[in-house]
Amino acid sequence: MRERCLIIVTLMSLVSLPLWMGSDYYINIASQILIWAIFALALNVLVGWSGLVSLGHAGLFGMACYTGAWLLEAGWGHFTAVLGAFAMTILVSAIFGALSLRTRGIGFIMITLAISQILWGIAYRWIGLTNGDNGIIISARPTPFGIEMDTPGVFYIFTLIVFLLTMLIMAIFYQSPFGVSLRGTRDQSRRMSALGFNVWLIRFFAILFSGFFSGVAGLLFLYYHQYVSPHVLSLLNSAEVLLMVISGGTGTLLGPVVGAGLVVVIKNVASAYIERWNMLLGVIFVAIVIFMPEGLVPGTQRLFRWVFSRIKSIGAAIKSEAS
Amino acid sequence: MSALEIVGLNKSFSGFRVINDVNLFVEVGERRLIIGPNGAGKTTLFNIITGEIQPDAGTILLNGQNITNIPVQKRSHLGLTRTYQIITLFPNDSLLKNISLSLLALSSLRWSPFVALDVRNDIKLQALEVLDQVGLKRLADRPLNQTSYGEQRRVEIAMALAQRPKIILLDEPFAGLSIEERTQIRELLVSIPEEVTIVMIDHDMEVALEFAEKITVMHFGEVVVEGSRAEVVEHPKTREIYLGE
Repeated sequence: MRERCLIIVTLMSLVSLPLWMGSDYYINIASQILIWAIFALALNVLVGWSGLVSLGHAGLFGMACYTGAWLLEAGWGHFTAVLGAFAMTILVSAIFGALSLRTRGIGFIMITLAISQILWGIAYRWIGLTNGDNGIIISARPTPFGIEMDTPGVFYIFTLIVFLLTMLIMAIFYQSPFGVSLRGTRDQSRRMSALGFNVWLIRFFAILFSGFFSGVAGLLFLYYHQYVSPHVLSLLNSAEVLLMVISGGTGTLLGPVVGAGLVVVIKNVASAYIERWNMLLGVIFVAIVIFMPEGLVPGTQRLFRWVFSRIKSIGAAIKSEAS
Repeated sequence: MSALEIVGLNKSFSGFRVINDVNLFVEVGERRLIIGPNGAGKTTLFNIITGEIQPDAGTILLNGQNITNIPVQKRSHLGLTRTYQIITLFPNDSLLKNISLSLLALSSLRWSPFVALDVRNDIKLQALEVLDQVGLKRLADRPLNQTSYGEQRRVEIAMALAQRPKIILLDEPFAGLSIEERTQIRELLVSIPEEVTIVMIDHDMEVALEFAEKITVMHFGEVVVEGSRAEVVEHPKTREIYLGE
């Protein structure tokens, strides 16, 4: 009951955010947090649930951005652009999977990094295709059901709907037989094979699933900025989203969202007041690793459990003394 | 037709022969014990039978079907299951979830991404039935890492039984157990239906010899003695290997 109330209050706060936030700047920050949260949730499927650490996920995110931008620039409508972007992201995810699943651990990290660097190199140097560092500008956002998304408030609501749908799908996926099998391959891949699970195929499908949601985040990013440049494919983006997942708590649903909030707020808000904001981000990450190595969400839960158990034991001691 | 037929099996690691021309025939419903000192190649033989290691030469037939080149994950679908010498389970999950995974492995449901596993009552009921069979139903919801070593051994066997196998390979099921726990495992093994073939590796001669009908002795990757309990115990090779006589 208490949990349900908390979810309802959170949902109402999120939906009404454009009304009480006041400034367009902060509404845009909220949209960015949601976009990065979707991207972090997508990566969490691999890092948290599959035990596969990817340092090249910006490659998938960026492919959705560029494909959407190319199709729109070529005169196709938004519907075709979105479908095309998803198709391309899934295709690239399949290539990622086919190449990277030949190995695990550090080898997996290096292959994912290498593929994304190839994509970044193409985006940066193949100027005829990508317009190089100048990037591609798209002229307009889509108008689903005739609703214009030009204002920050409306775009935020659209992003929120996509984010909530993503959370719902992820929550169901986590508890599904496939989700349970995927976590099994993370914990005991040898046993899973012996039981009769095709470990390679399970991981491959997980990469496609993760790639699809990276594409969702990429398209939202494209529509938010109405611009795409090689930066979206950079190692920095891959590392940042990985830090979001790790700092929030791998394997949890809420962790990547909290991690995304932390990084986006420090990047956009704290940087307005502190010149060396990267240093602040670094200090926060070091503190998380030292004090809450499991991530902010599981760490905070642990802290709360400890505080409540202390209060309970003190209460019991006072009671017994009084009697 | 034998339940398991191994012909001319060979395996080397970096030029060192660990399985040397092994031939093994296990009849349907037989209780076979494989013994031998450390390094005899018993676990490697199991790993080759289950497909975790590919042999250099030889053929493996399961109920007449050649499985030598069949991938590891497909062999359990043909009725071959195993347990491990070192417990290989899912420590953070409940006993019920562990058994459910085993059941899921042979179900097409395992590919379903959009239905919660917890609402699948059929899987849950089957898993509870298996836990009941091994005497662990009361602990169904307890995380595996909060159970004793002996209980975890029983979960290992329960996971194998859950798949209704034709043949079970048990890799040292009595290892590290107390006397009471050994008795429980022995009773559990005795309760396995007769039509299920059991091949077991163990060092505990007393319990294992009582359980097995036929014994194979391995030494330096070779089958050196094979026969009934009495034949093997009396065989000079066995005495040489175990007692240095």
